[in-house]
Amino acid sequence: MKRFANALLCASALSMLGTAALAETLTIATVNNGDMIRMQALTDDFTAKHPDIELNWVTLEENILRERVTTDIATQGGQYDVMTIGTYEVPIWAKQGWLLPLDGLGDDYDAEDIIPAIAGGLSYEGKLYAAPFYGESSFVMYRTDLMEKAGLEMPDAPTWDFIADAARKMTDRENGINGICLRGKAGWGENMAFLTALSNSFGARWFDMDWKPQFDQPAWKNTLQSYVDLMNEAGPTGASSNGFNENLALFQQGKCGMWIDATVAASFVSNPTDSTVADKVSYALAPDTGLGKRGNWLWAWSLAVPAGTKNAEAAQTFVSWATSKAYLELVASKEGWANVPPGTRTSLYENPEYAKVPFAKMTLDSINAADPTKPTVDEVPYVGVQFVAIPEFQGLGTTVGQLFSAALAGQMSVDDALAQAQSVATREMTRAGYIK
Amino acid sequence: MARAVTTRTKAINTAVAWTIALVIFFPILYTIITSLKTESEAIAGFNLIPSFTIESYIAVQTQNDYFKPFMNSVILALGSTVLALIVAIPAAWAMAFSPTKHTKDILMWMLSTKMMPAVAVLVPIYLIFLRTGLMDTRIGLTVMLMLINLPIVVWMLYTYFREIPGEILEAARMDGASLWNEIVYILTPMAIPGIASTMLLNIILAWNESFWTIQLTTTNAAPLTAFIASFSSPQGLFWAKLSAASTLAIAPILIMGWFSQKQLVRGLTFGAVK
Repeated sequence: MKRFANALLCASALSMLGTAALAETLTIATVNNGDMIRMQALTDDFTAKHPDIELNWVTLEENILRERVTTDIATQGGQYDVMTIGTYEVPIWAKQGWLLPLDGLGDDYDAEDIIPAIAGGLSYEGKLYAAPFYGESSFVMYRTDLMEKAGLEMPDAPTWDFIADAARKMTDRENGINGICLRGKAGWGENMAFLTALSNSFGARWFDMDWKPQFDQPAWKNTLQSYVDLMNEAGPTGASSNGFNENLALFQQGKCGMWIDATVAASFVSNPTDSTVADKVSYALAPDTGLGKRGNWLWAWSLAVPAGTKNAEAAQTFVSWATSKAYLELVASKEGWANVPPGTRTSLYENPEYAKVPFAKMTLDSINAADPTKPTVDEVPYVGVQFVAIPEFQGLGTTVGQLFSAALAGQMSVDDALAQAQSVATREMTRAGYIK
Repeated sequence: MARAVTTRTKAINTAVAWTIALVIFFPILYTIITSLKTESEAIAGFNLIPSFTIESYIAVQTQNDYFKPFMNSVILALGSTVLALIVAIPAAWAMAFSPTKHTKDILMWMLSTKMMPAVAVLVPIYLIFLRTGLMDTRIGLTVMLMLINLPIVVWMLYTYFREIPGEILEAARMDGASLWNEIVYILTPMAIPGIASTMLLNIILAWNESFWTIQLTTTNAAPLTAFIASFSSPQGLFWAKLSAASTLAIAPILIMGWFSQKQLVRGLTFGAVK
């Protein structure tokens, strides 16, 4: 009997070893955004469905993450099986052969359901290289009470002139109210995301068809001068240090009449737990100047599988789960429809339950108003609405962002900032071989 | 009268010392204060009185397990320090007691490696770690931290050893002590204060090292520096949570520094005043 028991124990131990040996471990690199953290908390659902796949999470600050995954992917290190990247990286990395095309997402994945503008930004030569986890555009968030007090009514699709006029009328500095809060902190993904999108609506562009920088053109002067003038008259003090988070805090504390920023902010400003103005916020499309383009951007935090992974099949299984319709329903069942990752699937916006979320329709309209393949009034040789999808843009965008931030802070004139931006961009593009 | 002047001078000196100490300590103090605020309070502006909430600590512990990166930090800091001392004590002995005409050049060359920006050698080091299977391992990172701190350890030990009269070692040699006995039984006990302060400083440097510990780890060997880095968010308020994570990360080394401050100060000022 004792021998039998021993044999049984051995068999159990061996079977456990066998299971452990069969289990695949996926390492997932991600950023510390609310939707991503929520996904980590919900992975029990995935592991229950796929007991043979274990998940390891690496959460890093956005810039460190970008640095780490770039090093890993360029050296084919294989440290990560799934990585969180944005619409800027996908076309560049796919072109380099650094990402695997997502052709194993399963029959019930329904890739056709992904919002076309988002799918376009994540594809290269017609193939999807990353699946959107959440998508965003930018729009105007405004205080309904202050707008009413100013005697104005916000149209669904305002012009820049209306926004500027409303901002000046809403400003009440004695009571700590700034008419408008906009990004000023230097960085290609900070002030330059806003200013590049805004410049599109003013008819400006980064480069002409010969990759010649266009900062010496009147459209850029008009863009930057309008922005600096408005911020000086109706913006918060120290605006050149403000990014998404700083403006979010100002708006939540009731210190901004309007804020033009990511659509994902709507769930923060309308959350009564954190926001003092949650019941006084409404939304409108980003402004235009009548030239046919609006000043809104397009971005999607997406999950991609690097070419160096040794667990490609399991990685695609995870990507499929995290970006599926079923995942959206899972979040809705646990945390409510307002907390579902937005901006990825058309079916979500056809869902009557989701339609009740106040910012749902305006988010979809904003996403649909952005076209990364034709971002500007005049023709350009690049894709990307608030960025230029070339490897050199991160460095160049940040340098130009520093100049524009200095112009906002009053450390240099708008003309000097534009002249220096033109000079730097010409030098960098020549050095990189774009300008012959 | 003279007594009064002395008292007044003492009072002024004390006030100046406290002011300087407070200025130096203020960033840490403000981190601790911020960790006890709500997220909206944390970003609202300068405020020294928090609402004394521990919600950020709870959020930090819920989101990430503190214990694993903490243990990794302990192993990496202690391991790299012990390894560095094993290599550096004989090296510093040779340079202090058997110098050649190139000793100064070698010391300068060793120090010059600290002047190079770490990112300049990121790709070769990354590839070496990948090819040798050292990526995301405690052993690999221990060796890396030992190597980057070795120049400082050798320099510090060399400075302390130079203070020890060579005649004592000569006397030991004449009594028949071998080289090993000379280093272990004569030199090391005499240099204990210097070795202790070098050890403490190296532990602090290894504990705080963030570039390589983030670049060369993913999940298994990631220490507290990677733990802190995971709380910064591009879209969402995070100052209070980041401060709570930072406070948890610096607390062990701060406590260790507090208890060993006498030794640390003695070692750091050793040989400074003749």
